[in-house]
Amino acid sequence: MRLSSLRGMGYAAPIALLTIIPLLVVLSSFLHPQPEVWAHLSEYVLPDVIKNTLILIVGVGLGVLLLGVPLAWLTAVCEFPGRLFFSWALMLPLAMPAYVLAFVQVGLLDFTGPVQTLIRELTGDSSWFPRIRSTGGVIMVLSLAFYPYVYLLARNAFLTQGKRALEAAQMLGLSRAQGFWQVALPMARPWLIGGLTLALMETLADFGTVSIFNFDTFTTAIYKSWFALFNLPAASQLASILVLFVLVLVALEYWARGARLYHGRIVAAERIRLQGAYRWLAIALCSTVLLIAFIIPLIQLLLWVKTIWQDDFDARYIGFTLRSMLISLFAALIVAAFALLLVFIQRRFASTGTRWVVRLATLGYAVPGSVLAVGVFLPIAWLDNLLIPIANSMGFATFQILKGSVAVMLLALAARFMAVAFQPMESAMQRISRNQEDAARSLGLSQRQLLWRLHLPLLRGGVLTAVLMCFVDVMKEMPITLMTRPFGWDTLAVRVFEMTSEGMWANAALPSLMIVITGLIPVVLLVLKSED
Amino acid sequence: MSLLKVANISIGFAERNIVEGLSFELQAGEIGCLLGASGCGKTTVLRAIAGFEALRAGEIQLADVAVSTAEQMVPPQLRGVGMVFQDYALFPHLTVAANVAFGLKKLPKAEQTERVARMLALVGLADLGERYIHELSGGQQQRVALARALAPQPRLLLLDEPFSNLDVELRERLGQEVRAILKETGTTAILVTHDQREAFAVADQIGVMSEGHIRQWGTPYDLYHEPVDRFVANFIGEGVLLPAQLTGPQCIDFELGQICRTAPVACCVGCEMEVLIRPDDIQHNDASEMKAKVLAKAFRGAEFMYTLGLPSGRTLLSLVPSHHNHAIGEYIGIELEMDHLIVFKK
Repeated sequence: MRLSSLRGMGYAAPIALLTIIPLLVVLSSFLHPQPEVWAHLSEYVLPDVIKNTLILIVGVGLGVLLLGVPLAWLTAVCEFPGRLFFSWALMLPLAMPAYVLAFVQVGLLDFTGPVQTLIRELTGDSSWFPRIRSTGGVIMVLSLAFYPYVYLLARNAFLTQGKRALEAAQMLGLSRAQGFWQVALPMARPWLIGGLTLALMETLADFGTVSIFNFDTFTTAIYKSWFALFNLPAASQLASILVLFVLVLVALEYWARGARLYHGRIVAAERIRLQGAYRWLAIALCSTVLLIAFIIPLIQLLLWVKTIWQDDFDARYIGFTLRSMLISLFAALIVAAFALLLVFIQRRFASTGTRWVVRLATLGYAVPGSVLAVGVFLPIAWLDNLLIPIANSMGFATFQILKGSVAVMLLALAARFMAVAFQPMESAMQRISRNQEDAARSLGLSQRQLLWRLHLPLLRGGVLTAVLMCFVDVMKEMPITLMTRPFGWDTLAVRVFEMTSEGMWANAALPSLMIVITGLIPVVLLVLKSED
Repeated sequence: MSLLKVANISIGFAERNIVEGLSFELQAGEIGCLLGASGCGKTTVLRAIAGFEALRAGEIQLADVAVSTAEQMVPPQLRGVGMVFQDYALFPHLTVAANVAFGLKKLPKAEQTERVARMLALVGLADLGERYIHELSGGQQQRVALARALAPQPRLLLLDEPFSNLDVELRERLGQEVRAILKETGTTAILVTHDQREAFAVADQIGVMSEGHIRQWGTPYDLYHEPVDRFVANFIGEGVLLPAQLTGPQCIDFELGQICRTAPVACCVGCEMEVLIRPDDIQHNDASEMKAKVLAKAFRGAEFMYTLGLPSGRTLLSLVPSHHNHAIGEYIGIELEMDHLIVFKK
């Protein structure tokens, strides 16, 4: 018993180190502050950055709840024309990275954008129009980009909490509205907190959006310290504080996962049929969100692409696309292989110890890319310094070995997206029961044959989903790629960053459109999965 | 020769022993059953025989060869023991035929096909070989599980609550069918269940288990009519215990009179005893002197189960053909008709 637990922990540990080492490297700089770096940070950087981060957490937190919960309630529990369409269409914004939504909204709503221009043409004055490049603007964009996390989980909660509890509440004298506030919503709390923490993790990790808005947060400060001031200790120090924020969210999310209870499933006959004005209100709410968060931005992207298509689409794009695909595929395969190993280890050596190591190995989803970039780069640079004298003594005139290679990028990406690959495979594995394994053993299979004849055939679907999800996530990923790519390794996401930092929205639209189209793949998968 | 010998085995997790000092034997071709409430350790014993649980003490022998001891165990795949699981544990990615062929990979292809066809015919699913598991009903899945386990011709077949996921009617029919199939193929088998009707329908020998021990090992008839202790008497069938006095080496005296039997009762004369009265020991006879008051009645179709009150205030159960429909509160005549005298020391 104990031996198997130790073996499980031992096998999973090397994979977990991928995540643990960067985290420890970053956190250790928190434990050994360098006074001059610290003085600079606490005087010039931290006050703004911490204030902004807190504003974002509160603002986006409220935003995603206000959008996600009502939409989930409407599409899960109510019945109105178009409900079925909206119930999947409202997941579409997941396909659009926040940084794409950000520059499209800025382009649309800025003083020179089409909306204000139209207002001026009609009324002669648009000075009353709220500025999009503002705190409110960032919060709006991030809320629109991340509400699907809350929407998805809240919908799942409302669908599976069953109608019985609500009916019992009505029998006990509560009105339907009171039932929602006093029964349905409190019962859904673990899901809501789960969705909220995921959305906030993405908010803390976001780099592209805040840099478009020039809204200083930890991620942009880390980037500036590293690439504008060439001050890696400062970057690391900032990353360590960001990790503290993240750990709080991780703990919260972990609690929320354990607290979920499922009771049956709502069926069509039990839905609340909306009447009269409520119907139109529901349709209006769903379509407004869908239009602002996905359809209008998509149309705007297409329009921009149309204007620059001929001049901009040239041989460089073959390079951007190829590199994006290559790195995404490579990273996806590596991550999927590691995750598959974790899934096997967790099954074969099931124990609390093993589960904890696996949990550490998949912690990367919560850690912002910029933190991982710093955390991977520092030890690699240290390793390089050890290796270079050896290489030089062997006659290689080199100043870097691993530092400038794709390896750094792949390691950081693998840590970041381990959970993305692990989850679909784990849920596929959970559908293989112990009894099925025992049945196979009693029919003459050894432990190893079990892997080939039972596990792999049954995990095929999960593995495919994992590779696909990782592929798309890496393609959309911005900070790790930006900060750790080898010189000249420009991908589609890097191109988006470069164009948006110059304010060239139309030119950023072309690579963005490609990313959005790839991003639709996992959303389609998600939609197909949620239909049955 | 006994095919399976379970000798004094103990199995446990952490500090607790789930099974302690348990022994029984099974002859080739026999169907055994471990009967007990959930949590009594019966499934653990089955899994130990399959090779999924390690022993803390004792030994399990298959055909006189030790397969499990406290020191070592033969891995499940090398034991030649088949198992049918409560949830069937079929493989959803394979067809019915491929499920049945799963354990036959070492045989030549032609022989595999032939065996699969024979097994499917045996369980009455000859036409469904190409279906997938999710296209089958619960009863059909159960048959596939049986065919899959029987296909490699195991020396011993283990059935873990195989009928508990089926509805009552199907349960009984499948129970009889499974017994017929096992007898037809000459398979030695052990069934684990909590349902005594199922055990009675399928098994030749039954072990009544509680708290990790076998209380009694015997035929269904013996368990009902010759229970060795109060637990077995209560667990198997219905009945009541009435106080009695030993009046001679072979006779007892109690509220309904005196009865004697041929074998001596193992107790001294004059000591306090309890006698087991089954519902079929009490016959209804209007002419009888002895009267009892109807306290409750349960209609069972062909019979009524009457709960009767005796003058002393104690109660009896009596199974009476249902054309004797008496009202609650009525006094009816009863007669003692006992073939088996079962007494326990108080």
